[in-house]
Amino acid sequence: MNRRCLASLSIAAFAIVITVALVIPQTLVGQAGTAAVKAAQEKAAASATKPWTGKTPEGVPDLQGYWTNNSYTPLQRPANLGDKAFYTPDELVEANKRRAEQEAARADNNAPGTTNDVHYDFTQFALDRSQTRLTMDPRTGMITDPANGQLPAPATADAGAAGPRGGGRGAGPAAGGGGRGAGGGGRGAGAAAAPGGGARGAAAAAPGGGARGGGGGANYNSVNDISIGSRCIWTNTAGPIMMPPGYNPAYQIIQGQGVVMILIENQHEVRVIPTDNRPHAPSAVKAYLGDSTGHWDGNTLVVETTNYNPRVLTGTFAGTSPDLKVIEKFTRLTADQIKYEFIVNDPTKWSAPWKGDMPFVKIEGPIFEHACHEGNFGIYNTLSAMRLEEKRAAEAAAAKQGK
Amino acid sequence: MGSRFWRYVASLIGITVCSIVAVQLAVHAQARGGAQTTPAPAAPAAAPAYRAPRTPDNHPNLNGIWQSMNEANWNIEAHSADTWRVSALGAVDATPPGAGIVTDGPIPYLPAAAAKRKENFTNRLKLDPEIRCYLPGTPRAMYQNMPFQIIQGTDFIAMSFQFAGALRTIYMKPTPGPADSWMGWSNGKWDGETLVIDTKDFNGMAWFDRAGNFASDKLHVVERITATDADHLNYEATIEDPSTFSRPWHIQFPLYRRKEPNARLLEFKCVEFSEELIYGALRKGATN
Repeated sequence: MNRRCLASLSIAAFAIVITVALVIPQTLVGQAGTAAVKAAQEKAAASATKPWTGKTPEGVPDLQGYWTNNSYTPLQRPANLGDKAFYTPDELVEANKRRAEQEAARADNNAPGTTNDVHYDFTQFALDRSQTRLTMDPRTGMITDPANGQLPAPATADAGAAGPRGGGRGAGPAAGGGGRGAGGGGRGAGAAAAPGGGARGAAAAAPGGGARGGGGGANYNSVNDISIGSRCIWTNTAGPIMMPPGYNPAYQIIQGQGVVMILIENQHEVRVIPTDNRPHAPSAVKAYLGDSTGHWDGNTLVVETTNYNPRVLTGTFAGTSPDLKVIEKFTRLTADQIKYEFIVNDPTKWSAPWKGDMPFVKIEGPIFEHACHEGNFGIYNTLSAMRLEEKRAAEAAAAKQGK
Repeated sequence: MGSRFWRYVASLIGITVCSIVAVQLAVHAQARGGAQTTPAPAAPAAAPAYRAPRTPDNHPNLNGIWQSMNEANWNIEAHSADTWRVSALGAVDATPPGAGIVTDGPIPYLPAAAAKRKENFTNRLKLDPEIRCYLPGTPRAMYQNMPFQIIQGTDFIAMSFQFAGALRTIYMKPTPGPADSWMGWSNGKWDGETLVIDTKDFNGMAWFDRAGNFASDKLHVVERITATDADHLNYEATIEDPSTFSRPWHIQFPLYRRKEPNARLLEFKCVEFSEELIYGALRKGATN
């Protein structure tokens, strides 16, 4: 049993509680295929293009419902696409097919008797993101400013060195992506670089953390050598910026008076955003999800977040300062879609603010409770297997010495 | 896929029908049973003297950040002050005395359950889910000594808890629970001034308090939450679980509005605070 497999086991904890709700309704539609379903689909399609005017009883735009940002779109435009900002519809279908095949290829590795067999089956439930509704975002990358689709130049040479981009843990598309990186290692520059995508990096930097390689060679001396995501402490794709996770890409928005709540299914991350534009919490109060304060600007919910816990400032956000601020804008365009824009600014890290956007589209509920930590046998299995491996090695060494 | 799929559909329909029937039966049983089995706890049927401000959709406005101010999380039953669990913490970890929130105690445990409760108490440092940062369950989340926020929509009411970032989603359009969970599955309705929440589909792993009081996955909680003035809610709940208790019983306590300017929930992600306790023995070089 090698160490990569141990990493997989710990990731597998995520799979224990998984949303089937996302899959079932689509399956039902696929099976039925009746005229009634077709009519309903046509009606939905019609309302999907009508501009949204719905308000809550309070009179603000109604963002409520179940949503997903499930997508293969990376944060930065793949370098080989040059100045091509959008796929044509045909190209998008082709690109998604290719990316789905890449995920399926990993699933094929789960043959009995192989290392990956102890991992979960990516074809099950919603683990393979092609099985749940995709947003079908035609962008080749999320970043819209700078116009080249790339992160701006670093503010200083030092800031650039602090936040390398590319393969390895920093570029994992999600908490789940970290696990995939460990299994396959091959997510290249095309992978979505989630802000804080390097939760694994944070683990390596934690006290007591051993040197952590990109996909093997980990020491697992203690729980600190395992990623924050695998430990169910925090989902790196929760952000904010809220990035598409590898699985469980489900959200629910509920609005009360003067407040918008966003449930992020993965690890039941809950954002409670006041809309009275109140001042931020004192800067000494740090949080994994940061401190968010919001207000309505016409039809748009504008949310500003700062006070990030320094431990989450990895991946894209590595090397940022306490001045890091993220502005998010939620605008419901139709019954079916919210436009989600973000502006990231930290003059210590980047020479200019940068912007991007992605759609959130409607899905069916409900969302199940994601009790991640409570079912996290992966940590126990990883650490106990490592201790056993060490014990056997010590016994073998002692036996050899005895001869 | 075919037969498995249809079996799934059939079971979904079955669950839906059963749940609707069960909810109705439970509501009827409760309406009848409340008066029959026990003295009425703190007169829940009495007309409230206070009419809460309305939300724009004309329901009592319960939005806000609330917190209990009692010792129930130590022990929901009346109890004297008691010594520490962890000697190094001395007075800080001593149990503060409390008059309890059970209105018709003692908790009517069945014999086997009473034994288990005793065992829970003896081993509480190892077993209390709170120590391990597990989701607190219902009703414990409502009186843990940390704030929670009610986000009151029309079709859904969310309760966001500071402890462990727990969440309860109250479905105001009845929806059957799809799976067992720590926090349970909650359907709500308005009864005049009162929000009534019917919660079941528990996994049976949560406790009521640090003293080992517990229920099984058959737990059924019916809560009634009523504003008594601008800054207080009256909270009462009927607890039933035929595999743990010989009769339904009740709890009641006030909830207080957090009044600080710009009061907000802060983040208490406690998983990492529990890891040494849970995984410490698996640390390299650990001697135990």
